[in-house]
Amino acid sequence: MSCTMNKKAKTNALEVLELAVGYTEKQGDKIVAEAISFELHSGDFAAIVGVNGIGKSTLLRTLGQVQPPLSGEVRLRGKNLDTYRNRKLAEAISLVLTEPLATKNLTVWELVQLGRQPYTNWIGTLEARDRKKISQALAMVGLESSHAKKCYELSDGQMQKVLIARALAQDTPLMLLDEPTTHLDLYHKVQILKLLQRISHEMDKTILFTTHEVDLAIQLCDRMLILDNRENSFGAPCELIEQKRFESLFPGDLISFDPKTGNFKIVS
Amino acid sequence: MNPKKSYRLPFLLLALLLLVAFFLNTGLGSVTIPLKDTFNAIIGGTVAEDSWRYIIWNYRLPKAFTAILVGAGLSLSGLLMQTLFRNPLAGPFVLGISSGASLGVALLIMGSGLISGWVGSLLINDVTLAIAASAGSFLVLLAVLGVAARIKDTMALLIIGLMFGSVTTAVVTVLSYFSNAEKLRQYIFWSYGSLGNLSWPQLGLLGVILMLGIALSIISIKPLNALLLGEHYARSMGTSLQRSRYIIIGATGLLAGAVTAFAGPVAFIGLAVPHLTRQIFDTTDHKVLVPAVILYGAILLLLCDTLAQLPSSSYVLPINAITSIIGAPVVIWLLVRKRKMIF
Repeated sequence: MSCTMNKKAKTNALEVLELAVGYTEKQGDKIVAEAISFELHSGDFAAIVGVNGIGKSTLLRTLGQVQPPLSGEVRLRGKNLDTYRNRKLAEAISLVLTEPLATKNLTVWELVQLGRQPYTNWIGTLEARDRKKISQALAMVGLESSHAKKCYELSDGQMQKVLIARALAQDTPLMLLDEPTTHLDLYHKVQILKLLQRISHEMDKTILFTTHEVDLAIQLCDRMLILDNRENSFGAPCELIEQKRFESLFPGDLISFDPKTGNFKIVS
Repeated sequence: MNPKKSYRLPFLLLALLLLVAFFLNTGLGSVTIPLKDTFNAIIGGTVAEDSWRYIIWNYRLPKAFTAILVGAGLSLSGLLMQTLFRNPLAGPFVLGISSGASLGVALLIMGSGLISGWVGSLLINDVTLAIAASAGSFLVLLAVLGVAARIKDTMALLIIGLMFGSVTTAVVTVLSYFSNAEKLRQYIFWSYGSLGNLSWPQLGLLGVILMLGIALSIISIKPLNALLLGEHYARSMGTSLQRSRYIIIGATGLLAGAVTAFAGPVAFIGLAVPHLTRQIFDTTDHKVLVPAVILYGAILLLLCDTLAQLPSSSYVLPINAITSIIGAPVVIWLLVRKRKMIF
């Protein structure tokens, strides 16, 4: 792996300072992950990796204001995330979550157009501008021809693209995705991640996602956050490899990291 | 691209069907009145027999309008609940609103008989029944609203609504155990549901309350559409969850509570009409669904009521019997046919 990064003049999109995430309970706060600090710029394609239960999803949900932070600060374009309310937040952050949809009886177009809600009037009338954004979003994920299909007719990979298109139609500078590649085969995993990478670079969006595909993330991402509840290292994948950060990602008894290939190998 | 479906034709057909059902309902009954005379009586023309005019204006028209209001109100509250709870089996009565109304009525009918003997029976009339039912349903609704403020999970709310229902049923059972046969009969008749007991002023009151409920539903159309993707997505798209939830629950309470107070607990309509409407319009967009279920519910209950009065006979069946006998198989058939639970 070589360490070449395309260094462009980039604006500061997301700052996370000494964040602790978890759940508030009667007996006190249940901290899932803490001491998390990192910074993303516009156009950054970034992944959060770590073992099961380390707090990847909790962190992502906290950044998306699905749940409140326990302590620390999140700044979005220089302003504290707490100051964003409802519509302002909807214009700043779009989400793709793992939870199953309440209904799959919507058509692709009906689902994607919901992404325009922050911009439409009280009853949700779509203007020409909204329709253009919806068409663009569907074109970006390559589903223009399937716009009339019902969501229950789609494969898992196509469904993921529809959810990404909805987030795109919401037209936010920051997109957060929770495990966008689960349940997909290797080919479609790569397809989704390449699509997200293209979106972030071409449309100058900051995209942050959680994943278990460490090797794919190393190859595709500009930045990675390794959650291990010790150092919580953050940086470009090649820097992290040089600093041997991936070696401690998993317990060493079964797999080990090969810095030359950027892959994990089974210990023989 | 830009699939802008037009729904003008189905809406036109539904409106036409509503008109037909309305005339059918007012024209048919225990006394046979020709359709021409029915029409003339309604628009104030000459009618062959004066008693026909009296029957139509004082009996059949109020009943037809009651059927329209009850059908529309129950169907709309069913749609609101199904979307809010994201549960195809949710109906307006899942929240326990109907149970609350029943409790109010049971307390009035059977409780008054227990406590004050013959004095108590003087207290029972249409107006006090309606007040007792409304009071009961709103009490339960307030309790549910209080719980909704503290509990974020809608599934928990659904269970709480069911529990309220069980508690009310238990209290009603105890009351009926101690009450005499006549009182029990009176309560059971109310619980069958009836569209024929409303006077014009009562109808006016019901109409005003339903208008308010419909207005609240219309301003909730956008959040309702957002809720189709679940609460987290809805919030991320700028929906104020807490506020929308209060408005939607409030609208349901007004719609279902008022209807139950005046017409008794009418079964099946609230659950089935939203499903039938989704099948026909093949959409999940509440901009279409809200007006469609209102029309559809009104038509269906008008037709059910036409059947219930057994044309040309003096028998009138309880409306609940008809709505259930016709409705339940329809829902089962639809579900089997499409296999996928349309929601």
